[in-house]
This record gives sequence, C-alpha cells and structure tokens, in this order.
Amino acid sequence: MTMQLSRSDAEDFLIKEAALLDAWKLEEWAELFTEDGEYLVPATDDPDGKPGASLFLIYDDRHRLGERAKRLLKKTAHAESPHSRTRHMTSNVAVGDSSNGTIAVSCNFVVFRSRMEVTNIYPGHAEYLLISNGSGLRIRSKKAVLDVDALRPHGKISIIL
Amino acid sequence: MMNGHKASSQELSRLVIDDRRDARFKVHRSAFVSDEILALERERVFGKCWLYLGHSSELKQPGDFISRRVGGRPLLYTRDRDNKLNALYNTCAHRGALVCRERSGNRRAFTCGYHAWTFDEKGRFVGMPGREALPPDATDNCKLDLIHVERLEEFKGFVFVCYDKNAMSLPDYLAGAGEYLAYVADQGAGGMEIVTGTQDYCVGANWKLLQENSADGYHGVPTHSTYFDYLRSRDSTNFATMNSRGWVKNLGNGHAVSESIGLLPWGRPYARWVPGWGEAAKVEVEALNKEIMERLGPERGNVVANGDRNLLIFPNLVVNDVMATTIRTFYPVKPDHMEVSAWCIAPAGESATSRDRRLRNFVEFLGPAGFATPDDVEMLELCQRGYANLEAAPYNDISRGMLSNAPTKTDELQMRTFWRRWRQLVSGDPSLELVGP
Repeated sequence: MTMQLSRSDAEDFLIKEAALLDAWKLEEWAELFTEDGEYLVPATDDPDGKPGASLFLIYDDRHRLGERAKRLLKKTAHAESPHSRTRHMTSNVAVGDSSNGTIAVSCNFVVFRSRMEVTNIYPGHAEYLLISNGSGLRIRSKKAVLDVDALRPHGKISIIL
Repeated sequence: MMNGHKASSQELSRLVIDDRRDARFKVHRSAFVSDEILALERERVFGKCWLYLGHSSELKQPGDFISRRVGGRPLLYTRDRDNKLNALYNTCAHRGALVCRERSGNRRAFTCGYHAWTFDEKGRFVGMPGREALPPDATDNCKLDLIHVERLEEFKGFVFVCYDKNAMSLPDYLAGAGEYLAYVADQGAGGMEIVTGTQDYCVGANWKLLQENSADGYHGVPTHSTYFDYLRSRDSTNFATMNSRGWVKNLGNGHAVSESIGLLPWGRPYARWVPGWGEAAKVEVEALNKEIMERLGPERGNVVANGDRNLLIFPNLVVNDVMATTIRTFYPVKPDHMEVSAWCIAPAGESATSRDRRLRNFVEFLGPAGFATPDDVEMLELCQRGYANLEAAPYNDISRGMLSNAPTKTDELQMRTFWRRWRQLVSGDPSLELVGP
C-alpha cells in the first residue's frame, strides 16, 4: 500500500527525535524504533558501504541500540560521564519513496558535542525508513553518514547522532 | 624534564626504573609530555623499527594503490604490473608535492598536480612538460624517480616497512611475535583479507598509552563494565566477568602477548557460539570450528579457534584476536595526541552470514563507537590531563606481577616488556636488559 507523509510531518518527527537526544532521554529515543529497528553509521572512508560487508562504526540491531541507550546513561559509561552537552540540528528534510509500508525520509544534520571544554562537530546526512501506524511514526532504520574523512579530532562517537 | 639541555643516555635510561629487588617498575611521566622525547622517538624508534604498512590483500590487482601515512611519512603502497608490492615516498622529485591525493584506487601513473611530472606505479619517472629545458642526463640513474622506502618485507600477508636500510630482517625483528601472526593467518582456509571500512580516529594522549592499554587485562572490569552488562543482557547469561586471567609472554624485541584459551564470555565469529547469535548460527559456527580443527589438527586448531589474544608488536602494532580480529596502529602527532587506524581482518571468502556476524561482533566492543573503545579513549585522555601534575606526581607505576612466576593478563609484564625495549632504543644503550619479571 502507498503511505502518505508530508514533509512537515516528517520534519516534526525528526525534530522530536533530536529533542529527545539533546535532553538525554535516550531510552525514549530507543522506543521510537520498531521491534526490528536498526541504527547504522558507516566507516568514514566507506560511506556507501553495505552493513554486513563493510566494517561500520555502528551496526546496532534493536536490542543493541536499546542497550546503547541504557549504557550511555550509566555513570560507568566513562566517555559520557559526566554527560556531554549536545545540539542536534536537522535540515533539508525530504520525503522519498514508500514501499512495503515504509517511507524513506532523508535529512542533513550537524551535531555539536561539548565536554571538558572541547567542542566537536559531526556533520552528515541521515537516511531513515519510517513506518506509520495508527499511533504515529516509528523508525525501522536510521543510517547516519558522516561527512568527515576520519574521526579526527573527535576521537569517538560516544553520543547518538 | 630536560630543562633545556640535551639529555644524556643515562638520563634517558633513568626515565624507566626497573627495580627488581624491590619489585618496583616506574616510568617517568615526562616520557608522555616532552617534545624532546618525541623527537628522539621519531629518530630512534619510528626511524629504526619495522612498522606496519598494510596487508597484502588490500592491493588485489596490479595497479592497485593506497596512500597511507606511516610514522608521520606519507607513503604510496602499490602493487605493480609485475605483482610486486612497493612502498614509495609520496613526494614529487621536483618540488616535493604529494603526487597522489586519493586514499586508494587503481592506476599506472601518478601525475603531480603542480607541474605535471609523472611517475609510474613502480615510482619510475615517466615524463614532464618541457623536458628539453633540463640536461639530457637529468633523468639518468633513476635520479628523478620517486624514492622507495628503504625496506619492505611481508610476513604471512602482513606488510611492514622500515626506514633504516641496515635493519635486521622482518622475521628476526618479529621474533616470537611471528608465531602469533601466523595464528591469525591460519584462521581462514583460503587466506585472510582486510574488510573494507577503516576506523580512523584519534586520541588526545601520548601514543604509548594506547600500546599499554591494548593488552591491559587489569582495566577490563572497571573501565568496561557496561560492555559486560550488554553481553549479559543479550545472552541471558551470568558469567564472572573475567573468569580467566590467562597468561602473558615476552616475545622478544619488545613484543608481548596476553592470552587465554577458551574461557572468556564473548563470542568468537568462527569458533565460540553465544546464545545471542541464535540457534541458526550455532550450526555454522560449529562447522567453522570443525574445519579449523581438521585443517590444523586439534592442538593448533584449539589455539587458533579458541584462543583470545592481545598481541603487541613493538612499537605500535596491535593485533587483537578477541570478539573479532582487529589490526590497529597509531602514531604520535604531538606528545599529547595520536592518530589511530584500525581494520578488521577476516578469512577470505567466508560466507555472508559469517562475515555479517563478525562485523556485528567487532563493533559491539571495538572501535570509536563500540561499547568499549570510547571509554578507553576517555581513560587515556584523563591520564594525559593528569600528567600536567608531573612535577608533584612524577611516576607511573607498572609493577603488577613483578613477584609472580606466572604473570597473568591482569598483571603488567606486557607493559614492562614494551618499556624495557623503549628504554633501550631511546637511551641508545643496547646493554639494557629486555628480559625481566
């Protein structure tokens, strides 16, 4: 069946996701995903690589992305203890094709992360597959592709993009 | 520490206190912050030791090339038309510009963008605009060729370079570490290959801290408890976090390994199934294990398939064969900053399901967005910040297990092995002991 989603509805959803991340409501963020949801970040030197064939930076199934959220909220997740401050900027939202009940949505993003007097910038674009059910939108897949040649000077992705 | 004067060999050797009588091993923290020490390391460590360039599988076809910095020097790693591997300094004979700006590709000619001097994949000068303005013999005797790195040797697919033309051979240099690289090479029936996708990152800390960290079994529980929480949640098991302390060996020339066989809680993609992978995976993992046992025999097969190893090759190569197999190397940019590159090595031609399982498993722990490496990065950076107090608190302590006849992974023999070799090279005193408790 064909799904209809307006650009502004898609944008509202992505703004809501960004707000959860910046508020460190990470378990609520994980709840946005479907039961078979996944969260992916390819290597910086292979942005078009396929999961399962290329070594990604993040290759989370639904269980792991939920655990990622829980982990980052623990004091023993040292890279984020104390938490960094982040600001997710989302723009250039576009609604693409829909098929098999999923709707492709893409956007550009910039995430600022500040901690211990250092600010790092993560620019990129994200590709989503969203599912609309009676109660709203859910994320089937989120792939965040960074526009950097290496995680330098960042050193790590200890936040959710 | 050097107060403006050039440090003597004795002063340099005293940066490492190797007190066997009182079982105390200390490293002066100036070794992590001093520009003078870094300059000496560039000359006496990175300028003299064999350094990892890449794996032979990364260049499959004649003409394949990779541009890569090794020890701060931009190199061109090529497979030429005769199928031979080359390491060339990536710098034009004319004014010195990089002749190749791409990370990788396939080419038979590299043309400098500045004045269009052109070289082939063996580094030979091919041509320039306006050749007649130079004397006829200007290109004789390879005078305008790209320069080859002094030494290049391959060991079971692992390709190393050395900037010292008089260095010992690579197998001699690797000493006991060669056997451990051979275990990795033996995993795949059809050889090994590097998977595409590099983890390029950095750490705001001295490079030596990462060599220490990469085989440090002592930090596993306090630094990485959240990773073990993840495994418990996924596999619905309740294991003692580090139920084997394994053992550590000095492999010679500053190399060391920490090792255990068959006891750790994570899965191994070709040998140790865990419940979180699902029942369907069990059949394939058991078949992979069986293939290794049959091909290598039960004794070697057990080591290759069921052994978890953190291998340190002096000065800066780590081959960790744990929940996946990673090759990691890193170089100082400044005393308090290093650049890291890490790859996944895997059996060539393994099934898509096994490859997928391996890559998922790799990033559950390893890499700058895994459940563990970011916390290592954090810890190394906290150490580096702490060294601002070195006048009041001048020494690191690396004494664990000095009294033990059977040092384990949670002891610190692996670090002492590194530091003894480091001290010998940096002070230039070959009489200093490499072997010790």
